[in-house]
Amino acid sequence: MPSSQVLSRPKTIPLTFQELLFRLQGFWAERGCVLQQPYDVEVGAGTMAPETFLRVLGPKPYKVGYAQPSRRPADGRYGENPNRLFKHTQFQLILKPPPVNVQELYLQSLEAIGIDLSQHDLKFEEDNWESPAIGAWGVGWQVMLDGLEITQFTYFQQCGGLELDPICAELTYGLERIAAFLQDKDSIYEIVWAVDPETGAAVTYGDVRLPEELQFSVYNFEFAEVDKLWEHFRLYEAEAQTLLAQAGALFAREDADVVEKRRFPLLATYELALKCSHLFNLLDARGAISVTERVGVIARIRALAVGVAKAYALQQAS
Amino acid sequence: MADFLLEIGLEEVPARMIAGAEAELGRRVNELLTRERLLSSGAKLTTYSTPRRLAVLVEGVLASQADTEEQLTGPSWKVAFKDGAPTAAAEAFAKKAGVAVAALEKVTNAKGEYVGAKVKRHGRAANELLAAELPKEVAGIYWAKNMYWRAGKPERFVRPVRWVVALLDAAVVPLEIAGIKAGNTSRGHRILHGEVPVTLGKATDYAEALRKAFVVVDVAERRWSICKALDAATRTVPGARWREDDPLVETVVHLTEWPSVVLGDFDPEYLALPEEVLVTVMRDHQKYFAVEDANGKLAPHFLAVLNTKVDDKGREIIRHGNARVLTARFKDARFFWDFDQKISLVDRVESLKNVTFQKELGSYYWKTKENRAVAHQLASFVSACGIVFDLDALLKAAELAKTDLTTELVKEFTELQGVIGGLYAESQGLGEIVSKAIYDQYKPASIEDSIPSTVVGQLLGIADRIQTITAMFEIGNAPTGSKDPFALRRAANSIVKILAESGLPLTWSNILLSAGSNEANNVQVSAFLAERLNFYLKDVRGFAYDVVSAVLAAGADDVRDAIARAEALTAARESDDFAAISAAFKRIKNILRQAEEKRFAVGLPKDVKLAPEAQMLADAATALAPEVAKLRQQRAYGEALAAIATLRPVVDTFFDKVMVLDPDPAIRGANLGLIKEVLLGFSDIADFSEIVTG
Repeated sequence: MPSSQVLSRPKTIPLTFQELLFRLQGFWAERGCVLQQPYDVEVGAGTMAPETFLRVLGPKPYKVGYAQPSRRPADGRYGENPNRLFKHTQFQLILKPPPVNVQELYLQSLEAIGIDLSQHDLKFEEDNWESPAIGAWGVGWQVMLDGLEITQFTYFQQCGGLELDPICAELTYGLERIAAFLQDKDSIYEIVWAVDPETGAAVTYGDVRLPEELQFSVYNFEFAEVDKLWEHFRLYEAEAQTLLAQAGALFAREDADVVEKRRFPLLATYELALKCSHLFNLLDARGAISVTERVGVIARIRALAVGVAKAYALQQAS
Repeated sequence: MADFLLEIGLEEVPARMIAGAEAELGRRVNELLTRERLLSSGAKLTTYSTPRRLAVLVEGVLASQADTEEQLTGPSWKVAFKDGAPTAAAEAFAKKAGVAVAALEKVTNAKGEYVGAKVKRHGRAANELLAAELPKEVAGIYWAKNMYWRAGKPERFVRPVRWVVALLDAAVVPLEIAGIKAGNTSRGHRILHGEVPVTLGKATDYAEALRKAFVVVDVAERRWSICKALDAATRTVPGARWREDDPLVETVVHLTEWPSVVLGDFDPEYLALPEEVLVTVMRDHQKYFAVEDANGKLAPHFLAVLNTKVDDKGREIIRHGNARVLTARFKDARFFWDFDQKISLVDRVESLKNVTFQKELGSYYWKTKENRAVAHQLASFVSACGIVFDLDALLKAAELAKTDLTTELVKEFTELQGVIGGLYAESQGLGEIVSKAIYDQYKPASIEDSIPSTVVGQLLGIADRIQTITAMFEIGNAPTGSKDPFALRRAANSIVKILAESGLPLTWSNILLSAGSNEANNVQVSAFLAERLNFYLKDVRGFAYDVVSAVLAAGADDVRDAIARAEALTAARESDDFAAISAAFKRIKNILRQAEEKRFAVGLPKDVKLAPEAQMLADAATALAPEVAKLRQQRAYGEALAAIATLRPVVDTFFDKVMVLDPDPAIRGANLGLIKEVLLGFSDIADFSEIVTG
């Protein structure tokens, strides 16, 4: 929970980057959400973390929120572009099933982070989302605040190739964008990340993350060895395939023991699939994947993700 | 008499789907009320919509259906009554009809006397009927994309239904849609009104009650007020005008419940970027209207349509926020523009090897080589006709046309491919002809769009598309039914339009030859192109279907020629003589078909001595043939058709007096030969027998 000191700051001072996260976490925790920590394997979006990808499967209700650093190597700009990042931070929220007042709750969350909606223009504009690599799609909106897309709001319909029932609402807040908006900064790197309450000294987003943006852009675009990346890809893929084959055999066996089913390491298998996805993104940034190959490699990742999802559904049902 | 209101409250419906759904809801309600005899004669139906609601108000709904009386006929009177007393048969019938035995009456019809009963059927009440039938109509509304939201997935709809209002005057109609029971409370504007329910006293209060809750439910009114607000905001800049943009107006109309407008500015330094890029960012990405100065040049302002009403302070905040987003996007665009200039289009040709055109065919490098070859061939046909153009520029344009696919700016603004290539070519000094051809290569983008303005641009446009079409046909990707994933129909329509509107002397044969495909494939492509020409003549040019069939039956190779013939035929068909000739030609065709079925030999008119009327026809036809041929040669189709129409008297006399299928095989053969010569001799402008005559 956010400290009382953070919450008691006067409304006129815009939130720091970390306060923005505290407020969102606090708001949703007060509405019954589990607060998770960021997933510790590279992902391209909060959707890919198992707290979304796996939890949305099956009938069990779940409400969870977490910040998720999301790596998109091809978007890196060596820290030179004020609006683009290799790694941005999403605040990801899953409400399964979605409450009937989910939009109203969302608007309240905006008020909670200091946006006085009576002074702004807000629109829900159609934006449907799909990710072929994980067999997922949904319909929804991009939420536009004064012309800025601040949130992706999606009603998931399918995930891992499986139809969802109940469906869930996924709210993805773009934290850097929102913080730049609140603080009226033209560059992400000028966002105030934290202020020392004693001295008033500010630490900026650039202070915290600029070297990371620069060095990972250099690695992703210049140093990452294509052959090695492919090799890693194949190794992770092979291990995931082996595990999926074992899982397939286990869950097909009618006499299989429930305990044996429950301890099968599907969560680890999923991590291997995530590794493949990240390696694909690195290879893509290196320009090592032609448009022709692209579809094929995405299909390989999809096969792993869909395989895990199917086995996971069976495991949950056992 | 009552007034009925239905409002379906929804989470924000995609703007592009609202108008269609609103109209469909109105149509369905109208049909339901008509079918159920609930519509009074003076009834008025009005539909409304906003992003969050679809509504329909019907003033003049009958409170219930009119009662009806039905005459039932039972067993014969003799069976039902014995000596004036009812039998078991009479009682059974009375019971079935629901009347007393005493109420049975005698009916006499052609077959005899029977027992009859008049049965009164009470009309059902409107609220009961609506409650039962309306939810089915709502569920049947078409959505381009819909979703599940409730557990167990009982229904799909465009977005979750959150409330329903159904009122017959002041009374709630007890219906249920998607699990929501209808009530008398609506909702107002999310921010301006908040979550307080809007209670409606009666159905006709709807529009005014919602207006008090900051929702303008009438679409036309929102459209009007947005245009007025755009005008007013633009007036603050002397001499400025907002760029008219009907599709954008429609979009913002369906994105707002309580619209207002702010005018914002951007740094004039961005005007150095091409206008196309600036307008695309404003229009397609931000849904802003562009502003131009008195000379029609882009001015450093934008107009954003808001879905709210704010005070001056809020207005300043919103203006600032929108300007900030726009500036960031312009900054990106400028970054890409500068970045792309580091590698010239010429140096990008090689990297097209990495861009797939089509998996089974090859890369855009392959496509470029093919396009260049096709363009070269087309050029030789056109040059041969004495048309002067810059061949080197054509080949250069073909070589560079696709290189903009490798630029960052096109990756960011895919809708500007071609345009960006043209702009880069211009700034890289490749010359106006090359730049313009690259810029225009995807024109016409639709059947309404204009064609490329230069010969080089037109040739490039044809080459690119025919190459795609023949290559896609070769690998079995021809369109089928409603499936046309590679938009080949649109590509062919564009070729037809270029041929129709340019002066290019190219036939389909020339074009197919240039594309260099194989014989079997060309047969298929040829049929496909003919079908597109048929579509163009009928649906775009508006020629009657029989005129189009007649003209194309006489030749479809030359598009402009086909149009000229269709125009002449359309004018000529009005004359009586011509109608008679058409009828005669149809008759000739029928006779020839009969003859063929009966295996009658067709001879030559000179084989025997013809009947005098037949000889007259033969002479007239022979005399006329050279004149018609000459006129046809000169493409003086109107005159040619008029000349053919002069045959009418001899043709009429011939059919009056001569029995074509004479019992004597020699005469019959000669007659058949004669009419066949007439048919073939005068059918190369149009097959008149296709013309539908009164």
